[in-house]
Amino acid sequence: MTLQMNWSRASTLLQRLGSVIGLVLLFIVLSVMSPDFLTTGNLLTVLRQVSINALIAFGMTFVILAGGIDLSVGAILAFTGAITAGLMASGHGIVLSVGAGLGLGLILGMINGVLVSWGKVAPFIATLGTLTLLRGLTLSYTQGSPIPVTNQSFALVGGGYVANLIPLPVIWMFIAFVVCGFLLRGTVFGRHVVAIGGNEEAARLSGVRIAPMKIAIYGLSGLLSAFAGIVLTSRLYSAQATAGQGYELDAIAAVVLGGTSLAGGRGWLFGTLIGALLIGFLNNGLNLLGVSSFYQQVVKGIVILIAVLLDRRQ
Amino acid sequence: MRKLTFLAAAAATLLAACSQQGPGESAPAAASTAGGAAGGKPVIGLALSTQNNPFFVELKDGAQKAADASGVQLVVVDAQDDPARQISSVEDLIQKRVSVILLNPTDSSALAGAVQSAQRANIPVITLDRGVDGAEVASHIASDNIAGGKMAADFLAKQLGGKGNIIELQGVAGTSAARERGKGFDDEIATTGMKVVAQQPANFDRAQGLSVSENLLQGNSDVQAIFAQNDEMALGAVQALAGKNKKVLVVGFDGTPDGKKAVQDGQMAATVAQQPEEIGRLGVETAKKLVDKQTVDKSIAVPLKLLTKE
Repeated sequence: MTLQMNWSRASTLLQRLGSVIGLVLLFIVLSVMSPDFLTTGNLLTVLRQVSINALIAFGMTFVILAGGIDLSVGAILAFTGAITAGLMASGHGIVLSVGAGLGLGLILGMINGVLVSWGKVAPFIATLGTLTLLRGLTLSYTQGSPIPVTNQSFALVGGGYVANLIPLPVIWMFIAFVVCGFLLRGTVFGRHVVAIGGNEEAARLSGVRIAPMKIAIYGLSGLLSAFAGIVLTSRLYSAQATAGQGYELDAIAAVVLGGTSLAGGRGWLFGTLIGALLIGFLNNGLNLLGVSSFYQQVVKGIVILIAVLLDRRQ
Repeated sequence: MRKLTFLAAAAATLLAACSQQGPGESAPAAASTAGGAAGGKPVIGLALSTQNNPFFVELKDGAQKAADASGVQLVVVDAQDDPARQISSVEDLIQKRVSVILLNPTDSSALAGAVQSAQRANIPVITLDRGVDGAEVASHIASDNIAGGKMAADFLAKQLGGKGNIIELQGVAGTSAARERGKGFDDEIATTGMKVVAQQPANFDRAQGLSVSENLLQGNSDVQAIFAQNDEMALGAVQALAGKNKKVLVVGFDGTPDGKKAVQDGQMAATVAQQPEEIGRLGVETAKKLVDKQTVDKSIAVPLKLLTKE
């Protein structure tokens, strides 16, 4: 019994280390191959580039840990970004606009949760539905044109720096990481998320209230997507109707690369951060090396496939 | 609740310590930019909106040829039509310290910040095909899309004797190309007896051009012409018309190889041809001038031409 425990623990540890080792290797290779890679400016730039994906991926980690999937994150990002920019454009203050955007993201996520838990719709289908619905709503609301942001203080949310060095989005990412990490490891909520993903029936029998939990989990994912949408809107000086297309896949990739099992019940948030960094450094490094974007996709695809294969082999 | 208060407090403290200028973008970077990196050969970065469209592939090819001819190295990055990704790739070019950035923006409104970052690093930016709002660039090289839309409308007016019903296939909503071509076309149509009876986006995409045309033709039987805001959609419309034995004039935009061929084969009545290779070539040549410290024109218009079978 103890032996088995140790073995499973060792293999989990090995898998977890895998993503870290991958990142370190990538780091070494890129530092050797590109003289522009290992500079403070470049590293901070990548961290800022990664922050949007990481924010979404943190929420996605909870959803996947609980055995679900959320395809609507990119669409929630675009819709909440548009609403936030729209409110500001019509003269409302930053606090109200951002608050409304975040609140809307939370509600939209919770609707996903309701569809999945009470509606008993498969998460893949439910969130595919809301994805399509929200894309349509975003296009109708924006009429397809970008909504410009003129508020200079709002431009700081995604474009500002702390102490003239660290980009603000990196700070947001760090705060979200700490809060989500605490939620996952330090609260009953987190333990229940893992329990549902491990064995939903067992979790239910041991007193976990599945439906409210799922609504909260998808709500969290929606909230973080909205947050990412607000940061992105600020960074782009405008809300784009077509923003965030394909971001769901990048977020899922970050979660999987980080060693969280797509089957649910096993994973860690730190791994997701590592996964997001892996994708970010890969993109940045290949750009610095002047690799054609077509091959960049090939490389990214291979890396994801390897990660999934390692996951399946467990 | 306590956590929220903590977060709010933390956020407020951080915001108070904020500025909008970053470290890698401040003045000291300037010294190392001039001349570029690789072995004395100046490096020029080309940030493309997408390579999933023959137009931009031609633009890239034109730039590449000009680069080979004038002895500069060209580094191409591709945003896959995502403004956020494009900002990232422009930042990567800044970190690589290229001499000039040729920017073909995914969207006019989103790239202002990236252009400003480049300028802070003393890297001049030239926009290609689409402009950037809210930022000054060294030069802007593009065709006049409004004039092109007008050109298409004038052609149809001549062919149809100034009256008839038209279906308009629109490009990706929000792009300046779609807006300007549509504006040039619609404004000119309004001065004639012709009428746009239906207009719908087909996102510059051939497959969507096909399905949208099929739907619109279903609902509008009395149509004499289809104007598509690019050749890909026009070719989709041609497919939708195949098998229907009635004469509908299809006019496309861009003059891509497939589009030109369809005009030659008589499947399309005309295409308003841009010269993407020319835009790419001029981009690199203008960039080379900047590297050599010569002055360049703020705005360079690349002529459009209407291609018909004759």
